[in-house]
Amino acid sequence: MRRFLRPGHDPVRERLKRDLFQFNKTVEHGFPHQPSALGYSPFLRLMAIGTRSGAIKLYGAPGVEFMGLHEENNTVMQIHFIPDQCQLVTLLDDNSLHLWSLKQHGGASELREEHRFTLKGPPGSPPSATQVTAVLPHSSREVLYLGTESGTIFVVELPSFRVLEDRTITPEAVLQRVPEDNCSRRSCELVEALREHPKNPDQILIGYSRGLIVLWDLQNNKATHHFLGSQQLENLYWQRDGSKFISCHYDGSYTQWPVSSDNRQPEPLENTVPYGPFPCKAISKIYWQTTKNGLPYIIFQGGMPRASYGDRHSISVIHGSQQTAFDFTSRVIDFFIIFSSDPAAEFDDPSALVVLAEEELVVIDLKSAGWPAVHPPYLASLHCSAITCSHHVSNIPLKLWERIISAGSKQNIHYSTMPWPIDGGTNIAPDPPQRDLLLTGHEDGTVRFWDASGVCLHLLYKLSTVRVFLTDADPNDNMNTLGEDEWPPLRKVGTFDPYSDDPRLGIQKIYLCKYSGYLAVAGTAGQVLVMELNDEDAEHVVDHAEADLLQDQEGYRWKGHEKLKTRDGPVRFEAGFQPFVLVQCQPPAVVTSLALHSEWKLVAFGTSHGFGLFDHQQKRLVFVKCTLHPSDQLALEGPLSRVKSLKKSLRQSFRRIRRSRVSSRKRRGGGGNVSEVQEANAKFDQEALQEMELAPVQRKIEARSAEDSFTGFVRTLYFADTFLRDSSRHCPSLWAGTNGGTVYAFCLRVPPAERRMDEPVRAEQAKEIQLMHRAPVVGILVLDGRSTPLPEPLEVAHDLSKSPDMQGSHQLLVVSEEQFKVFTLPKVSSKLKLKLTALEGCRVRKVTVANFGSCKTDDYSENDLAVLTNLGDIQIISLPFLKLQIRYPCIRKEDVSGIASCVFTKYGQGFYLISPSEFERFSLSTKWLVEPRCIVDMPEVTSNNHVHNKSGTENAARKSSPGDCGEDERKSGRLMEHALLNDEKVLKEIQSTLEGGR
Amino acid sequence: EFRRFSLERSKPGKFEEFYGLLQHVHKIPNVDVLVGYTDIHGDLLPINNDDNYHKAVSTANPLLRIFIQRKEDADYSAFGTDTMTRKKNVLSNVLRPDNHKKKPHIVISMPQDFRPVSSIIDVDILPETHRRVRLYKYGTDKPLGFYIRDGSSVRVTPHGLEKVPGIFISRLVPGGLAQSTGLLAVNDEVLEVNGIEVSGKSLDQVTDMMIANSRNLIITVRPANQRNNVVRNSRTSGSSGQSTESSLPSSTPNILGSVLQGEEESDEEDIIIEDSGEPQQIPKAAPTSESIESLSQIELLHESTQNGFLPSSEMNLTHSAGSISMEYEVPEPGRKSLEEDGTIITL
Repeated sequence: MRRFLRPGHDPVRERLKRDLFQFNKTVEHGFPHQPSALGYSPFLRLMAIGTRSGAIKLYGAPGVEFMGLHEENNTVMQIHFIPDQCQLVTLLDDNSLHLWSLKQHGGASELREEHRFTLKGPPGSPPSATQVTAVLPHSSREVLYLGTESGTIFVVELPSFRVLEDRTITPEAVLQRVPEDNCSRRSCELVEALREHPKNPDQILIGYSRGLIVLWDLQNNKATHHFLGSQQLENLYWQRDGSKFISCHYDGSYTQWPVSSDNRQPEPLENTVPYGPFPCKAISKIYWQTTKNGLPYIIFQGGMPRASYGDRHSISVIHGSQQTAFDFTSRVIDFFIIFSSDPAAEFDDPSALVVLAEEELVVIDLKSAGWPAVHPPYLASLHCSAITCSHHVSNIPLKLWERIISAGSKQNIHYSTMPWPIDGGTNIAPDPPQRDLLLTGHEDGTVRFWDASGVCLHLLYKLSTVRVFLTDADPNDNMNTLGEDEWPPLRKVGTFDPYSDDPRLGIQKIYLCKYSGYLAVAGTAGQVLVMELNDEDAEHVVDHAEADLLQDQEGYRWKGHEKLKTRDGPVRFEAGFQPFVLVQCQPPAVVTSLALHSEWKLVAFGTSHGFGLFDHQQKRLVFVKCTLHPSDQLALEGPLSRVKSLKKSLRQSFRRIRRSRVSSRKRRGGGGNVSEVQEANAKFDQEALQEMELAPVQRKIEARSAEDSFTGFVRTLYFADTFLRDSSRHCPSLWAGTNGGTVYAFCLRVPPAERRMDEPVRAEQAKEIQLMHRAPVVGILVLDGRSTPLPEPLEVAHDLSKSPDMQGSHQLLVVSEEQFKVFTLPKVSSKLKLKLTALEGCRVRKVTVANFGSCKTDDYSENDLAVLTNLGDIQIISLPFLKLQIRYPCIRKEDVSGIASCVFTKYGQGFYLISPSEFERFSLSTKWLVEPRCIVDMPEVTSNNHVHNKSGTENAARKSSPGDCGEDERKSGRLMEHALLNDEKVLKEIQSTLEGGR
Repeated sequence: EFRRFSLERSKPGKFEEFYGLLQHVHKIPNVDVLVGYTDIHGDLLPINNDDNYHKAVSTANPLLRIFIQRKEDADYSAFGTDTMTRKKNVLSNVLRPDNHKKKPHIVISMPQDFRPVSSIIDVDILPETHRRVRLYKYGTDKPLGFYIRDGSSVRVTPHGLEKVPGIFISRLVPGGLAQSTGLLAVNDEVLEVNGIEVSGKSLDQVTDMMIANSRNLIITVRPANQRNNVVRNSRTSGSSGQSTESSLPSSTPNILGSVLQGEEESDEEDIIIEDSGEPQQIPKAAPTSESIESLSQIELLHESTQNGFLPSSEMNLTHSAGSISMEYEVPEPGRKSLEEDGTIITL
């Protein structure tokens, strides 16, 4: 009989599995790792970011996201949108050019690579002859001008990338009319900048690295003007009317040049070193923006005094007497200004400054007084302090959601109220099915609350636990309090701050009860904080207790860090989650597990020494249990702190190495020695391989014993109302699992609500199970009489779950890293097991119960275990029979931090870190899928760009008048559909039609 | 029936004297008996000479449990590794030998005196170039004691000879189980672990598999030195061959057959301590095969235990024909107070 029940042989089950499970990596949240290039299309109102791993990401209105990956995985050096097209060109560091386009497919736009091209010189020419340094997509959309290291400018046709050799601009031709004494052949060595005349598409400005600037007439194929700059050129910018342009230079100066038909070799109008007179760093990019009131905005990158501020990453904005140097904590990759893109408009009228720094995106509102920052709806810097843990809560009740948002909005008052200026494309994804919160704990003692419901991971609220403790750093130490007469007028912007004052503040475990608003947070120095959501500011004393987990174990000395010092007296807390209880474990080792029961008002915590239970209602420690093996010296001395600090120092040194590499990797260093580098790499690989052969990696095969290190390490804690002692009476219980394969069960006596404050909570050890394979226990779960996992505390009280079946017998599921085991309760007998490691050689890293709904019928759903193994595979294992349902490769097994960071949701989705700053979102469910789905429409009137939104709305309003939307819409063609997409109502109509069609 | 008396631990005397003492205590002066005791691992081991008698007394902690059987009713299969845990109930074997209508075994050299530490199994089904070795970690204090590494081996494939990655034994720890068996050697290629092929698995995966199976590890290897392989041109025995280097209980081959099918349950039983503080093995719920079922209990002596008296609830032995059970308390001179979780004694 059993043979027939196996899932692999049951066609009905197989079909059901197809309806339930499906693996997709859906979207990347956060900030791209190692961004290397920035592009912006004023026409599409889309921004593009390229990375050093060859990824290209497009962002528009919230929810509008596209991603592409260059096969070569090479660094993206430059991104240029083709004017008035849904196309862009990327330049990689291998000198290849790629044409990408946004095309509609199946009702949504997709980013696809169309062509690739590498410029080839005549045979025998040096590689520098074709090394592209500047790219200019011409407004005619037909050609690209490619400036090279040799000074030659090649012209290629689009989209075929065919080189138009007769139109090549050679240095010889440029120099024809330049006086001999001013220029030599070397003046035209490297094309630094190419700029098209804003009014006359037949003229382009060519800037050469040595300072020579030439205005080139494309029609007559000759230089009309020569501008003889003396300084090394960095960049060029045309003024809107084309009468002047600005050049910026290596010495920190910028120069204005007049362009008039009578003077063919004009002198500069103005030459300024904004942060002089002492030597300054280069100004690498400059904007000159005109306004109605006549005062221009001059915005430039760099130019700081070399000696005292040479290490700053700054962008300065000068507007009349106002001047601010925005100071970024990481290197500035590139920036752009959002200004009026209407060619008919007389002035630029800049509205926002968008800066891509290496670790974050910063947008400054130039319209509002004081130039406040704009809160970005996406591209959040998840890693503004390193992420130390994460916790996901599905389906947040609306009330709590609103309270968190309101607490967060009070923190964001210094942000600009300007609507997000990058608003291209239309998000057509269905509304997120539920409100989900992702909580991340950080090294600096903060917890960030992210709206993880949809495609845009958005920061709702930030909680800091630092105020409870006395730390060396003065919280009032504000970097922005610079005096009036400070020069340069630096202003710190952005949130990226990787340097933690005290590593002990780091958050290790988070548990939020979504029904009661209780939050428990535990950290690196054994601190456990219980908090409550308060809508008002408040000042109160945090109750403080100590839990000595070693109890009577004598003669041990903790060599790790000290516990955190607490603040005496009342502490002022802002609205939001406010701590009211602090428990500090002694020794102050890292808290390794945490559980909160909001109904019983109990919090349980565990470290490498043992675990304890605290009654946060009566503010009384109920009990502690030492799980330490007496021979485990390592745990006692606190090596975790040492491991941690080692990790940290490693990370810092890596950061240093990376920095120095970045700075040494000069833009022009690319071309000639690529093959050399590759050769050297190959040689190195060969050597490494040989070395490996000589001294092979060995693995010791030894049975685990009770004396192994860290056997007492508490890995998991779990509250359950179940039958612990006898089958007639159920009672609250606390379960704990250790690294050494031991499970402890404590029977709890919680007084009834009316006497809750009068009688103490009592606990008594009822069971201790030793798994003979001694593998770490990573999950404990009780299944009720219907084999359904017990509901969360207060879930039943809020009518959100069926009450558990207390009639049938309960079962206990213990998940170790190696096995899944089901035991009966109250008498513990083993019932079922799945020996994962013995069969497959993989180990369980993360496990969660997830509910899977069928995509075919609404009324079927089941609970299964979602498991992530150390090999990066995700397995779904059925409950309660522990049968493997399906397996998907998800994370590379070498990506240890990715595997460690993985968090599952209750509905079969998950997140893991693909870099310190990015979460990859994946889905195991056919039903719950959050992925970007958006349309970028080509505005119909290309000559009148900025009005596309308005005309779209008008069209929509006309068309969506009641009565004629149904039939007409279906008949209307593609174009109409695009025009209508700006109207939400019409959008929904179209969507339903599309869905109906399928 | 059982008796309880004390012995001087420091001066246990000779086996002959002890044998006489037993006969005297039980008032069975002229009956030939087999004497056995349970060691710390729960194995029923015989006492039949001075050496194992002394060993038995020295392992008593502090209780030494002795089983006495009439020689003509004796069931030799009761002895051996895991006897207490694997058999349904050792006591039933001992106390009711008439349940087992087995023919007396042909005793060649009292193999029951020894505990198996390793064996070569499935000789009849494996190619001659391969060897399947079982290591019994359970029941020995010796470390498994070997290391594995990545390497490459040559396979015959449809496309001719091909170099493929493989896992090899890289080192044997002196004095470890692997070395002492003589069945594994450096550079032997590991082909399977407990019936699962290792090809395509990483070194770390194979390591995890071996450690997960460490209590009952069965590795199939292709020995580097093929000269020592037994040449088998006749298969007269009809049953699976057994190693000559070590002995093993007669039941082993059957159990192994099921091991390789992944149905085996005997390797480990978790221990539960209920609130009374007595650890016992966790039984299997709703047993399907009662023969494997273990109902025996293990008592763990805690620091709190003052002496070795058993709780009365466990002493429900009934007097049965031919079998007498007794226990002795061996006073321990200068006995240190017991530390931590103590030692496991099997009833």
